[in-house]
Amino acid sequence: MPPLPITPATLFRTFARMGLIGFGGVLPWARRVLVDERGWLDDAEFADLLSTGQILPGPNVVNLAMMFGYRHAGLKGGLCAALGLIGPPGLIVLALGLGYRHVAGNALIQGALHGMTAVAAGLIILTAIRLARAQHGLRWPWLTGVAAFVAIALLRWPLLPVLAVLIPTSLAISLWEHRR
Amino acid sequence: MTLLLDLFGHFAQLSLIAFGGASAVLPDMHRVLVTEQHWLSESAFAASYTIAQVAPGPNLLFVLLFGLQIAGLPGALVALLAMCLPSSAIALAVEHYGHRHREQRWHRLIRHALAPLTIALTLATGVLLLDAVQPRLGPLLLAVVTVAVGLKTKLNPLWLIAAGALAGALGWL
Repeated sequence: MPPLPITPATLFRTFARMGLIGFGGVLPWARRVLVDERGWLDDAEFADLLSTGQILPGPNVVNLAMMFGYRHAGLKGGLCAALGLIGPPGLIVLALGLGYRHVAGNALIQGALHGMTAVAAGLIILTAIRLARAQHGLRWPWLTGVAAFVAIALLRWPLLPVLAVLIPTSLAISLWEHRR
Repeated sequence: MTLLLDLFGHFAQLSLIAFGGASAVLPDMHRVLVTEQHWLSESAFAASYTIAQVAPGPNLLFVLLFGLQIAGLPGALVALLAMCLPSSAIALAVEHYGHRHREQRWHRLIRHALAPLTIALTLATGVLLLDAVQPRLGPLLLAVVTVAVGLKTKLNPLWLIAAGALAGALGWL
């Protein structure tokens, strides 16, 4: 079967599918849907797209949708891909949020959310550990990581000035270590 | 109207510095929305984040619920748009002007430089969420178990969230 043509409409449908099945983050599903199911990309192209999406600021998977849609179907394609990705699951989140307003005072619900937040905290820490384990190579930029943690988590400084100092510092250190 | 503009301004700024995605900038959202502006209570902040996690979709959708709590449906839309538009514009510019497959060396360098920062910010988000549940022994233990199970098994995290909900509803925490 030839692959589905890439049009704004199929982009919307494909990214909507990705968004609606992606519990706990969409990125793992992005590869499965785009590479395995649709055959729109091979693994190397996907890795390239992903790595670009990840070094840019903002929601990674929205960046990925925008770039992929734009590459194949212009601005309309980019917008349809991004809208498909965040629109349908966004409606579900909003419905949950509106429903929550009616039951916010319920002790049972409060308790359940309390427990779920504790698990969510664990899941985020788990993500950080996995990211750290996947890093190979440079050693010295870790100093900026420690500085960032102290500034944000402990001192609670504003993020913008902290990153304005630490990103150039980290880039300079990486460049220096690469050249050595 | 000023409220919506303020919301837009804050989230648009974060969109431009959200290296590591929307979750990585949660501590800065907390600083502005809860500590400085008092737009959200501590518990509403944590609840909004958590509710969005049990729904499907990209992680950034929790900003919808921050916006919803602060300024209703218009607030939700403004927060989401502000979080996406500036960074999407950059992504489009890079796609349009960048030469694909050519700058792998630079990609690697930038990734190496950003990775420790991304990891630190993600860790800070985890600490912030723990703080939000006022870590007594129960929630802390639950978070530790979550990390351990995640590292050792391939269990779908939804099961862990369900277990957390049950433990919390039964008043064990």
